[in-house]
Amino acid sequence: MIPYLEKRAEHSRTMVYISPFIALALTLLGGIMLFSLLGKSPAQAMYAFFVAPLTSLYGWAELGVKASPLVLIGVALSIGFRAGVWNIGAEGQLTLGAICGSCVALWLYQVDSVFVLPLMMVGGVLGGMFWASIPAFLKTRFNANEILTSLMLTYVALLLLSLLVHGPLRDPDGFNFPESRIFHDAASLPIMVNGTRLHLGAVFALIAVGGIWLLLSKSLIGFQIKVIGQAPAAGRHAGFSVNRTIWFTLLLGGGMAGLAGMFEVSGPIGQLLPIISPGYGFTAIIVAFVGRLHPVGSLFAGLLIALSYLGGENAQITLNLPIAVTGVFQGMLLFFLLACDVLIRYRIRFKPVSRFRHG
Amino acid sequence: MTKTNSPNPDSLLKLQDMTRSYPGLLANDQVNLTLNKGEIHALLGENGAGKSTLVKMIYGVLKPDSGQIFWQGKRIAINSPAAARELGIAMVFQHFSLFDSLTVLENIVLGLEAHEAGNNLEERIIEISEKYGLPLEPSRLVYSLSVGERQRIEIIRCLLQNPGLLIMDEPTSVLTPQEVETLFETLRRLCDEGMSILYISHKLDEIKALCRQATILRHGRVVASVRVQDETTNSLAAKMIGEDLGTVKMTSAHPPGELRFVVNKLDYPATDQLSVSLRQVSLEVRGGEILGIAGVAGNGQDELLGVLNGEVQTRPSSAIRIDNKDCAHQGPDQRRNLGLASIPSERLGHGAVPGLTLNENTLLTAHERMGLVRMGLIDFQKSEEFGCKIIRDFDVRCHGVEAEAGSLSGGNLQKFIVGREINQKPSVLVVSQPTWGVDAGAAQAIRVALRELADSGTAIVVISQDLDELIEISDRLAAICSGVLSRALPTAEVTLEQIGLMMSGVETLDNEASE
Repeated sequence: MIPYLEKRAEHSRTMVYISPFIALALTLLGGIMLFSLLGKSPAQAMYAFFVAPLTSLYGWAELGVKASPLVLIGVALSIGFRAGVWNIGAEGQLTLGAICGSCVALWLYQVDSVFVLPLMMVGGVLGGMFWASIPAFLKTRFNANEILTSLMLTYVALLLLSLLVHGPLRDPDGFNFPESRIFHDAASLPIMVNGTRLHLGAVFALIAVGGIWLLLSKSLIGFQIKVIGQAPAAGRHAGFSVNRTIWFTLLLGGGMAGLAGMFEVSGPIGQLLPIISPGYGFTAIIVAFVGRLHPVGSLFAGLLIALSYLGGENAQITLNLPIAVTGVFQGMLLFFLLACDVLIRYRIRFKPVSRFRHG
Repeated sequence: MTKTNSPNPDSLLKLQDMTRSYPGLLANDQVNLTLNKGEIHALLGENGAGKSTLVKMIYGVLKPDSGQIFWQGKRIAINSPAAARELGIAMVFQHFSLFDSLTVLENIVLGLEAHEAGNNLEERIIEISEKYGLPLEPSRLVYSLSVGERQRIEIIRCLLQNPGLLIMDEPTSVLTPQEVETLFETLRRLCDEGMSILYISHKLDEIKALCRQATILRHGRVVASVRVQDETTNSLAAKMIGEDLGTVKMTSAHPPGELRFVVNKLDYPATDQLSVSLRQVSLEVRGGEILGIAGVAGNGQDELLGVLNGEVQTRPSSAIRIDNKDCAHQGPDQRRNLGLASIPSERLGHGAVPGLTLNENTLLTAHERMGLVRMGLIDFQKSEEFGCKIIRDFDVRCHGVEAEAGSLSGGNLQKFIVGREINQKPSVLVVSQPTWGVDAGAAQAIRVALRELADSGTAIVVISQDLDELIEISDRLAAICSGVLSRALPTAEVTLEQIGLMMSGVETLDNEASE
């Protein structure tokens, strides 16, 4: 018997929901094999990875801290991906948001007012939007591929951050360390649960999930995005503008990524550092796809991926595993998910081995 | 093995109980067919009747689920197109597989096995093309050839293999009447030399003119196998469709209405090598009138539709007026608000989004005219009511408004799209290929609906490759050739020969000269 794929008459709705779980199961299986090869007890490793981080309130709060930027960026990216706009550069937009938010904080260093934080948020959003507007302009004006331009701009952004923290934004009293001043209380995000680091950003992430859900399922703009993503010619015939959609989705993704970046420096980090994100902008792509490009799905996917960050850190401490394990886990999850998605349109059948080969 | 039918000594190919199913569809159900030597045999049926499935099994592209194939009396299995060619079966597909940037000779070489090509290929091509009346220059580049000439390449490629059976899949759908006549002469000559031809079509006149035997398929089954000379086109149609259709009622001499749609000397340069430039296109349509635009595929029809409905904007000098309002610079949504609706030829992905529900698909063109959006939010209840009304009014067979557009059959989806536009009561409607790939029942319903819309005062432009259809429904006829639109003549006065000349661009030149 050899397995083969048979096309389904119409695509399976159940598989749309089941496929992430199959992918998760396969990822866990892959993890068990990986840990065995590394000579660790799989049971112990799985516990350290997926259970231990959630045994305390602090652990749950940390989950929220990690999930907030992932969800915030993930839901915004999923809008773009639905329209067929492949913004891969959320990491760069996050960085620019962090830089602009920090600039506001450092500029208003002497000011103690409730308006500092909102101004920083505006700065973060505008910074991210500005960075995303470059690929949007290049795409609409010159038809330059946004995958390349947004990705390349990420590295520019990271170098710009490095330049700034080594130069103009360096703490004057900081013994030449490449760090900015530590933000004042007025420029720091309020903590939601005492004794943890869970900050206001988590609330914004939930608002984003609700807002984007409304946009996608109820609004004409969301409808236009779906149409242009699935059938550009039908969108043109209806009179929906492809260029407007490119601008909208890139600015939305950039703005939300910028906001997430500003939340990172103003919340958990508290100052501008040369490295401010463990790749949230890239990982959010996985979040968007594991979440089926659906806002609520992205929320759960964000939590799952956040857990893998926490588990990875925990596994480093307790089992001496390298940090790369986190990346491997995330990569496997996306890999298996994309593979399992074949089952939405095809089903696996078996046929007896035939002696004849057909050309 | 049953031997109920005594084997005919002349039988070249015999199919017995051929069955093939796709997921959710029985495409061929115990089909029998006998093809004799030197016979032109028609395989007749509507779109979706199972003709293509059957010939794909003969040509080895598809494997039958069950059934037997006899070739010259011997039972065989055809496992691949190569095996079919080995036996002497050749096929000319409806859609050509040619490389535009290569020459005729290079294209022919690419389609042949190494041992078939031989050394003196060019001479053999010339020899065959002269012998069978298929003029073709081996060194010409394919992109410079007309569709008819491209088809000749495919035919010559087949003839080089000296086949015993030539399968032709809807060969005339892309030809002008004159080109069809030339093709028929070639086919008759081949037949006289003893070659058998399986001719697939749903055009009854052609079958009357060309074929001796006909096997008629409906819903995957053989409904009749007849001698063509014993039948009339009407009796063939009745067998093919299985029901009486009725005809479009032309309201005789309805008074010409106001001038509603005017296009004046419109130019549109080609955007790439494969598209056609429109040159000095002018047309006028009055309310209550249908203007038919004939033409062979690829002569600028797609570009014309795009320019008329606003999907592409034209050069500033051109003028398009809807009810006396200039709209040449406006996009599709703005023109829609002026009253212009359009139906593109491609249903899936252009007229409708296959992955969205019918309910959502109503929004595409009706969201503004029917007030389905309030303050940026979609009123799904209202769109559902509108969708249900379309389904009722136009007898769209589906699971309801929540069915995905892609799950409907071609005919039903087309009825839905046509209904969506007609129910918006447009003042001008531009339609391309309204019944292409649609079953005969739905096609007739669509034509009747278009005629009724015109009678209610709408100005309609129908762009179609189906001449019979245009003659049936339009008041005036024009043709497009190489991006140039001929002048329009009253349908009642125009002859088939004149239309043919218009389609090949001859009439247009006269027209230009006389102006």
